[in-house]
Amino acid sequence: MKDNLRGTGDDTERTTTSRLSFLWRGELVELDDFEPTTTILEFLREHHFATGTKEGCNEGDCGACTIVLGRPENGKLRYRAINACIQFLGTLHGAQLLTVEDLQGDNCELHPAQATIAEKHAAQCGFCTPGFVMSLFALTHRDNQNAVSRQIITDAVAGNLCRCTGYRPIIDAAFAACAKPVNDQFSKNENDVLVKLASIDTDQHLYVGNNQKFFASPASEDELANLYLKHPDALLVAGATDIGLWVTKQLREFEKIIYLGRVNSLNSCFKSETGLEIGAAVTFANAHAELAEIDPDLGELVRRIGSEQIRNSGTVGGNIANGSPIGDSPPALIALDAEIELREGKTTRQIPLETFFIEYGEQDRAEGEFVRAINIPKLGGDEHFRCFKIAKRFDQDISSVLGAMRLKIVDGTILEARIAFGGMAGTPKRASNTEAALININLSDQSNWRRAVDNLGLDFQPMSDQRASQFYRMQAAKGLLTKALIELAEPSAATRLIALRPEQRPEKRDATNG
Amino acid sequence: MGEFLTLSEPKLRSVREPIAHDSANLHVSGAARYIDDLPEPQGLLHLAVYGADISCGEITNIDISAVRNVPGVVAVLMADDIPGGNDVAPVKDDDPVFTDKEIKFHGQVIFAVVAETRMQARKAAKRAKISYKEETPVLTIDDAIAANSKILPDYTMTRGNAEPALEAGPHRLKGQIEIGGQEQFYLEGQISLAIPGEAGEITIHCSTQHPSEVQHGVSHVLGCANHLVTVECRRMGGGFGGKESQSGQWAAIAALAALKTGKACKIRLDRDDDMIMTGKRHPMRCDYDVAFDDNGVIQAIVMNYDADCGCSADLSGGIVDRTMFHADNCYYLDQSLINSRRLMTNKVSNTAFRGFGGPQGMIGIETVIDAIARNLGRDPLDIRLANLYGDEERNVTPYHMTVEDNIAPEIIKDLEASSDYRVRRKDIAAFNKANPILKKGLALTPIKFGISFTVMHLNQAGALVNVYRDGSITINHGGTEMGQGLYIKVAQVVADEFGVDLDRVKITATTTDKVPNTSPTAASSGTDLNAMAALAAARKIRKKLSEFSAELFKVPASEISFQDNIIRGGNQQLSFDDLVHKAYFARIGLSDTGFYKTPKIHYDQEAARGRPFYYFSYGAACSEVTIDTLTGEMRVDRVDILHDVGHSINPAMDIGQIEGGFVQGMGWVTNEELWWDDKGALRTHAPSTYKIPTAFDVPEDFRVALHNGAGNVEQAIYRSKAVGEPPLMLAISVFAAISDAVASLADYKSLPPLQLPATPENILNAVNAMQGEVS
Repeated sequence: MKDNLRGTGDDTERTTTSRLSFLWRGELVELDDFEPTTTILEFLREHHFATGTKEGCNEGDCGACTIVLGRPENGKLRYRAINACIQFLGTLHGAQLLTVEDLQGDNCELHPAQATIAEKHAAQCGFCTPGFVMSLFALTHRDNQNAVSRQIITDAVAGNLCRCTGYRPIIDAAFAACAKPVNDQFSKNENDVLVKLASIDTDQHLYVGNNQKFFASPASEDELANLYLKHPDALLVAGATDIGLWVTKQLREFEKIIYLGRVNSLNSCFKSETGLEIGAAVTFANAHAELAEIDPDLGELVRRIGSEQIRNSGTVGGNIANGSPIGDSPPALIALDAEIELREGKTTRQIPLETFFIEYGEQDRAEGEFVRAINIPKLGGDEHFRCFKIAKRFDQDISSVLGAMRLKIVDGTILEARIAFGGMAGTPKRASNTEAALININLSDQSNWRRAVDNLGLDFQPMSDQRASQFYRMQAAKGLLTKALIELAEPSAATRLIALRPEQRPEKRDATNG
Repeated sequence: MGEFLTLSEPKLRSVREPIAHDSANLHVSGAARYIDDLPEPQGLLHLAVYGADISCGEITNIDISAVRNVPGVVAVLMADDIPGGNDVAPVKDDDPVFTDKEIKFHGQVIFAVVAETRMQARKAAKRAKISYKEETPVLTIDDAIAANSKILPDYTMTRGNAEPALEAGPHRLKGQIEIGGQEQFYLEGQISLAIPGEAGEITIHCSTQHPSEVQHGVSHVLGCANHLVTVECRRMGGGFGGKESQSGQWAAIAALAALKTGKACKIRLDRDDDMIMTGKRHPMRCDYDVAFDDNGVIQAIVMNYDADCGCSADLSGGIVDRTMFHADNCYYLDQSLINSRRLMTNKVSNTAFRGFGGPQGMIGIETVIDAIARNLGRDPLDIRLANLYGDEERNVTPYHMTVEDNIAPEIIKDLEASSDYRVRRKDIAAFNKANPILKKGLALTPIKFGISFTVMHLNQAGALVNVYRDGSITINHGGTEMGQGLYIKVAQVVADEFGVDLDRVKITATTTDKVPNTSPTAASSGTDLNAMAALAAARKIRKKLSEFSAELFKVPASEISFQDNIIRGGNQQLSFDDLVHKAYFARIGLSDTGFYKTPKIHYDQEAARGRPFYYFSYGAACSEVTIDTLTGEMRVDRVDILHDVGHSINPAMDIGQIEGGFVQGMGWVTNEELWWDDKGALRTHAPSTYKIPTAFDVPEDFRVALHNGAGNVEQAIYRSKAVGEPPLMLAISVFAAISDAVASLADYKSLPPLQLPATPENILNAVNAMQGEVS
């Protein structure tokens, strides 16, 4: 076994508990009997009639169900907003659960995340409001307590839909709520909460249920590997940002759930000389900074994956293992020549990511085998990366087309090209004809590379659906590659509406730009 | 009555203040109860429905044996189980609760399952096996025209003789715009909780804009008298028109289940079912043929609106009428012929949505204006200005109503200056010259929106005001609260009428057993109607209290004042609470009802002539956008809005309506695309596929101001104006700005064939067309 992640988990000391434990409203909640696919929202609304948290869409897109989970990270409590509607109850092990009803202080005074929304007239019908409150609450407890920017705010609430206000007052409320470093009852009680959470032994494996029906949350990779060998029919769940919908929308029934979120070795990122290794259960939120270091476009791509709530749950490994033709990260990772590592029992193997996707609905993953890590090489000195996502809406949308390119350019001449697209075929797929046509072309020779771009027509036969027609997909794909080549030929060219690269940002915006 | 309601303006303490929404603190603390949050009655049962798998044809067999066998299933309800009429249509009898034979759209409800849990009901419903004889559906406007498939008769408005005048004009243009529909996407989906009472009574908690219609619909379905059915709604989690006629079916199903089982029954549609099974804004197509002079002044015009009404009439008659009433927007159309066809398609029946047909009407004429501007090589704003209604002449609409309150010219002039329109126009030309990939566009468009229900009888309202012995007050009226702030506005009016603090006035849930026979909270009329009715009720009580205090103080009643919680007369005074206390013992009635009907309005449907609107609300918006010509992506860079609310009762609520309406309209013209597959199944049936604006889509530079004018020329409540719907249409400026950006590619010489919504794909198509003209 290649020991590229820091250990894979030593089980000799670990025991197993059959009791899910989490902190809610100051008390430890302990459960040893629940349906494996019970969602947190069901637990709140149906089991406990805690109705402040709303169900708007039941698929993690509207944010009305937003709750916040507190977990210890580096000795401090870290609060993160998630969607309660598609998150399974069993994933709460070791966490503090906070809902909109829990924020008011002793004398019922409103939390700044609540008071500012009320003061700024940022609630009209009020149905989305509890979700916004929780997103803003998490924002007030962000790591970096410096002043927030508009971008930070719109990112924090991209997963919260409001149909009434037009958002302006909500953004104002967010600025007001974050105007001062947070100093609320949660800051004051942080140590008490940490002590209470420490009473939950999160080194233990969690296994609630029996052989036929269970929710398992192994703490180590060896336990995971054993469990999955024993139950290859179990459903592996990481962020549940897609699987949650199999339950809430497709009404599928799953008896055996194995949750990856607490497997220690799957939950770490490691930077090395040559690249980045991401454990398969690392969330997009936790991988964001490291991915952005590879290239700002990759950081922007992660910024636009789902929403804050989704990135706090959804994982890089899940985005791959899921096999979707429109997952956002695979084309980018394929263009970057990433490899993935799979494990079955005690055996691991490493394959290029692009070979993992065989065809629509089929991946190179054996029964009992799981994705354990993704290895992404750094960009070489002459390598340039570009990545663009097209959707109907900028934030929190699924790609209609996603294009990613890594080009090696020396003296203006393209020496190597790795180009991958999502949304153009049944799998994330490389544009091999186009790649070949670009080799040895000089960027200054526009007519030549424009001809090469047309080769995308040989590489893909996209389909039409509700996101875009086949014609649009093809033209947009060509447009994206053209854009990348224009940018590489003329780095300061104005080519982007958002996410300008550093070299495109004028010192002072032209007054005519408004 | 008219004199009774003539408003002097007393010293106001609540009215005109930017007071927070009455439920603001409840909203933010999670304590505001929506229907799914109400404590559940003992033994509550849950429902789920089954929607048809085809869009056109007949059911040949229904096999629900597997449904009944699912553990927890209590009952299955179908058409045969309905004791009364199998219909919940608001106007015609063409919306069955359950269909037992004919399938008119994909998702049409065939049966409902009643089970112990909601999940059991949902899973059980899926186990039905329905067989169909499928027929070829009519899915598009073209399909419907080809099949002459109509749900209502054609309708025409005409003034002058347009067709010959078209020939006479120096310039003539023909064109077309495709206008997409829109999903309301209220955050709280459709829900009803029915609780059976004694002796056939039933109480329904329903998220609806129209409790009375739900009451009448349920009593029709149950075959019982209206008075056995009580419908209550404290608040909705958004409505936007989608809970005007669309709530009745679910209420009826819940009521039917409650009747059959004797238990309380709740139905809450899953989001996907909600989007598939309930109506949306009408997709339309507008064809125009216009003649104009060298200055771009319209001399004659023929406009044809083809509306995709879906499978039933629903409210389409009124909606398409309103499209036609807004085909002029702010412009005088000298010789005009406005036609409409109300087409039947095999899609869910389209329904009310903020603007109620008005947006489609306006986008038609705004497109005409842009086409004229491109044809003449002029700035579209100049063509708009050249065509505005006049004051003394050029002031009659195509439906023969004289526009008496035209403030569009001053609003446009003010906004043109405050938005720096002319300077920015030049800057944008420079930007576009310098940038081959990104192109900017700018547009300033006005709105004029007619206020009143065009169905005359709906322009009435009732209210009930109770004063209790301690001086606390409750109000009840037929208007419903969906976030717009109606309750607080009415409370402000009543508090000032009694001269008491706002917190002495409690707003109570809208319910049909307090105020009967109410109109929907729709047509932007909520405050106009209900605040007037509440004022009338309060004024009756105040009159009695005035007379009583006049006796006490031994002064004429005319000298009694109600101010600052104190009733004064001569040199004497009493607190409001003390006066009320005394009045009770003096056997003065402290409860009264009020009624209001909108004056002046009339309309002859047959002749298409009259004054359907009490007054007009005006506004204008200037939007700047940037498009990416490689991908069709677009950002809104800046928006300036100047909007007329008369003299505002609550500026905070009004600004909220303006901004929220604008952004909702921005969704309609940009991201929000409804997409049906070739079988007629809606594939954008959840927020994962149907994209309403997010916070990032709203421009950072967003300047909204209330027009500082003379107030409503009509005697609407405190000279305010209705504000619910009109601002949505301010977003037409975004669409026009996108069109402007695309037009730059062919030197502004022709109108881009931009379809609405301007998704990246539709923008790129228009870009292709313009680039094709150049090359």
